[in-house]
Amino acid sequence: MTTTALAITERRPGILGWLSDQFWRHPGMFVLLLLTPPLLWLGIVYIGSLLALLFQSFFAIDEFSGVVDYSTLTLKSYAELLRPANLDIIVRTVVMSALVTLASAVIAFPIAYMAARYVRGKWKALFYLGIMLPLWSSYLVKIYAWKLILAKEGILTWVFESLHIGFVLDWVLAIPVIGGNSLSVSYIGTFLVFVYVWMPFMILPIQASLERVPVNLIDASSDLGATPQQTFWKVIFPLALPGIIAGSIFTFSLTLGDYIIPQIIGSSRLFIGQAVYAQQGTAGNIPLAAAFTVVPIVIMGLYLWMAKRQGAFDAL
Amino acid sequence: MRSDGPKASLGLKISAAAGLIFMIAPLLLIFVYAFTTEEKSYQWPPPGLTLKWFGVTLNRPDVWQALTLSIQVASISTAIALVLGTLCAAAVSQSDFFGRETISLLVILPIALPGIITGIALRSAFSLAEIPFSFWTIVLGHATFCVVVVYNNAVARFRRTSKSLIEASMDLGADGFQTFRYVILPNIGTALLAGGMLAFALSFDEVIVTTFTAGQQQTLPLWMLEELIRPRQRPVTNVVAMIVVLVTTIPILAAFYLTRDGDQIAGSGK
Amino acid sequence: MTAAVCLRNVSRHFGVIKAMDEVNLTIASGEFFAMLGPSGSGKTTCLRVIAGFEQPTHGHIEIFGEDATGVPPYRRNVNTVFQDYALFPHLNVLDNVAYSLMLKKAPRAERHKAAEAALDMVKLAGYGTRRPSELSGGQRQRVALARALVNRPKVLLLDEPLGALDLKLRESMQEELKSLQKALGITFIFVTHDQGEALSMADRVAVFSGGRVIQVGTPEEIYARPNSRFVADFVGSSNVLNPDQVSALTGERRWGSLRSESVRLAPEAGSALAGTVTTKNYLGATTRLGIDIGGSSIHALLPSGQELPDIGARTGLAFERGALHLMEAEQ
Repeated sequence: MTTTALAITERRPGILGWLSDQFWRHPGMFVLLLLTPPLLWLGIVYIGSLLALLFQSFFAIDEFSGVVDYSTLTLKSYAELLRPANLDIIVRTVVMSALVTLASAVIAFPIAYMAARYVRGKWKALFYLGIMLPLWSSYLVKIYAWKLILAKEGILTWVFESLHIGFVLDWVLAIPVIGGNSLSVSYIGTFLVFVYVWMPFMILPIQASLERVPVNLIDASSDLGATPQQTFWKVIFPLALPGIIAGSIFTFSLTLGDYIIPQIIGSSRLFIGQAVYAQQGTAGNIPLAAAFTVVPIVIMGLYLWMAKRQGAFDAL
Repeated sequence: MRSDGPKASLGLKISAAAGLIFMIAPLLLIFVYAFTTEEKSYQWPPPGLTLKWFGVTLNRPDVWQALTLSIQVASISTAIALVLGTLCAAAVSQSDFFGRETISLLVILPIALPGIITGIALRSAFSLAEIPFSFWTIVLGHATFCVVVVYNNAVARFRRTSKSLIEASMDLGADGFQTFRYVILPNIGTALLAGGMLAFALSFDEVIVTTFTAGQQQTLPLWMLEELIRPRQRPVTNVVAMIVVLVTTIPILAAFYLTRDGDQIAGSGK
Repeated sequence: MTAAVCLRNVSRHFGVIKAMDEVNLTIASGEFFAMLGPSGSGKTTCLRVIAGFEQPTHGHIEIFGEDATGVPPYRRNVNTVFQDYALFPHLNVLDNVAYSLMLKKAPRAERHKAAEAALDMVKLAGYGTRRPSELSGGQRQRVALARALVNRPKVLLLDEPLGALDLKLRESMQEELKSLQKALGITFIFVTHDQGEALSMADRVAVFSGGRVIQVGTPEEIYARPNSRFVADFVGSSNVLNPDQVSALTGERRWGSLRSESVRLAPEAGSALAGTVTTKNYLGATTRLGIDIGGSSIHALLPSGQELPDIGARTGLAFERGALHLMEAEQ
């Protein structure tokens, strides 16, 4: 048992060796070092600018000169929000977001359910791709596709005409408020595109929370005498709810802030996103724009807080 | 235990299939329009089919410029996001320090808040700091929300990597850097690759924040937006749209193959 | 000869929790040393301090005379076999075993040869191209062992090495580890909560409880002459007699321990200890009887196959004078 090797070896030469030893000796410092670059970036660049924007909402534009008065703090811009025209915008946006979320949940659920419970092997791959590809496809391309579909001379009109039910389309377009001259300038059109673009975000969280439901819970439920309907509503659905809520965070928030879809497919009545865009652009009314942005922030803040309490964050 | 359990009801199958078709069909429609001979409108059915628009598109310099810029922005933003996202993920999974949840929230915020807010915030910040809007302001914006994509993938993989692997490596004589190179990196490599590809796709497609952070430059999505509002040559837009769909498909497929084993466990429910 | 490992007043605190409390331990070179104790006793922390994964809050540690207190694990010539084996999933078996040689930049042919030899030593020759995921638990453990030994470390640490194996496998691995250690002459230090394992494999055993070392000694010393109630209770199946009972037998007011197998049945009349049989468990070669002697129970481990009283019967108990081991005085 003769060995000449040392029990302790020499430290690796150079700065790397010294650094290595330091990191081992002070793991806390190491973590801090890891975190500093990203935190610096996000903290300063992002949070900083958000705060700057928020700060600006406490000023107001002078109506006569058109210049923002930075010398006095005021809630005038917020008061502007309460004017009927602006309130309209807010209500319109919130209602649309809610409807889009509901519709997305209804459409997404069967897909997520199939994907989570019944699909195996090769089909699972197909389902995954079928969900991921639309999810990650270009946002603008999707909008563009619907512009093609909803155009007066486009495929949708053609389908209705060919089936000799063109009158159904006219009847739908004649509905007050949500109808219009053609689908691409009506609320219905806007609604359809919103659902199409944001619905895929619903699928994965729902699928994730459904996958977490142990199979034996369903067996136990039927063992205790529940019909498939009851099992669904009393066992499966409540367990899938956090996933639905998590998904709804996306659809709600994305609809709240969107300004491109209503601009391309929709009437000239504004949504919050468009109002913000208009105010900060040509109008130069940054405080009002900032005040407008506070609305979705507050709404989403409340929504997120409620969702967290329902345990939705684990489904993300 | 997994079993060849009950089959899905017909109603479920139909609604699921309908949903999937609803999602994919519109994209496929664009492919058809790329070949139409009709130039002035979106007429259906297409009066004729032709390949000539592909040639026209190839000769449009603004398309090429936009495409090149998008690729450059996406590449650099992805690189930055990879570094920052991995650092964050490593720190968060390393120790249970009190700020963990806050960090997760912070990282997810750029993508959770509506793009217009991020866009305006960054725009006013840049004006305040008197930074001219340029290639780099675009990159800054993109990197900020790409971090979360990398972060999520990295954190998930770090969670699956057993801590004792790092200890074993050190025990056998590898210091921190060697352990990172020979043990940690190979184990999270594919997750980083997947995250990086998704980040690339995200950046390549982004339009809302970019509208606010760009100067005179046009990324491909900006070009498309311009065409949507004020169309010049509709069929060219169709061709470009089709190409974009095809190009974004590749990272998705690749990311799928890379994270396939383990991350998506079938719904047998444990 | 220099001690292989020397711990001097080593403490490891986690906030208010004292995982290790003033531990003093000297492990001789070439020894097969066991650290025994229940969960949370500090034995695993002690192992990790020796390996370098934990740093002591106070105290010093020396490895073969060299101060190792501030030294990271990758600079200690000490290798560990982990409880979960910790095989690198992205490398095949051969590369796993050759990992430490790869770090030293040994040429490939040399690395592979040494790795093959190590695999041969643990009876896994030819498994080099397989992946860890393709191996059984026992095989993975052998790979972990080969990987730790290929470097010929000065000390080998084993963290609950046999915990996950079934009984038959465990027994054969015990034999193998013992003969491996003898052949290599390396100091082995292993951690276990299974006292049978510690007794059968180790040259010396340290019994841990609450972060402290309660007793260090050969298996025989620990078993036959426990220095405290805890050790008597934890190691072997022992009966602990309180000072009242001991003074009735010997006149001294001290705690006493009596091994179950030292207890014999005797006629009730004339026996210092007598009582009613309350439990009877057939264990195969032996049967364990529980006898209520009024307030406490005595367990007797007797060979099966002879006439044994049933539950409810009264019997007397006898033992040789030397079998009653006296421990600390009454407090």
